[in-house]
Amino acid sequence: MKSPKRPLSPHLQIYKPQLTSVLSITHRGTGVFLSLGTLALTCWLISLVMGEEVFNSFHQQMTTWYGKLFLAGFIFSLFYHLVNGVRHLFWDAGLGLDISTTYKSGYLTMFLSIVLTMVTLFLGKVI
Amino acid sequence: MSIKLLTPIRILISSSEPVRHWWAQRLTAVALIPLSLWFIYSLTTMLTANYDTVVLWLSNLKNSLLMLFFILILYYHALLGLQVVIEDYVESVRQRKALLLFVKIIISLTLLCNLLVILFIYMEF
Repeated sequence: MKSPKRPLSPHLQIYKPQLTSVLSITHRGTGVFLSLGTLALTCWLISLVMGEEVFNSFHQQMTTWYGKLFLAGFIFSLFYHLVNGVRHLFWDAGLGLDISTTYKSGYLTMFLSIVLTMVTLFLGKVI
Repeated sequence: MSIKLLTPIRILISSSEPVRHWWAQRLTAVALIPLSLWFIYSLTTMLTANYDTVVLWLSNLKNSLLMLFFILILYYHALLGLQVVIEDYVESVRQRKALLLFVKIIISLTLLCNLLVILFIYMEF
């Protein structure tokens, strides 16, 4: 039986974004981006086997503006997914599910992932 | 205490597919907390290191074992997550199955490449 085409919930055209929903979709977004980023990790590992020249040219790519942009995005995604993932694990244990705690942990997630990203980019001499 | 700790493992063995998926996603997530912190820490030093340093680093038994655990759990976690995203957003069952198969093939090939590199670097250097 064919079902008629109905709009999917949530109805994004009339949906007002809130901190909670934006953080939620960002968790998915970063997850998908990290999955794609593992392809770059794989290229890096393969360049090790291919020899010094290939490895150096790969590292050279990582010092260009798009290389740095990718690295910054990858490291941010990793920290965001990590911190928000811990937030999810607390929820799974039944902790911090009320509205006010959810908002507080949401702001904490944003703060921590940005600070940790900055520190890592600084230590890795990306910026 | 010990029974409580073993509960997830028991559930992983005996439950239905959705329940296993849920627990597997959480257990891999917990394992990835220390492993990804180690990975980011390594990344900060390896990004500026030269070829010999990186090869020496990865040929160290401790590092190659950590890298091995990291990528095995990482790709499993990625597959579980991508599966949920595909199931949520792809309406047609046929397309869903096709896309999931495609993701599984890509992840298997990538994982294989990663494993071979780790093994090769460990054996050669």
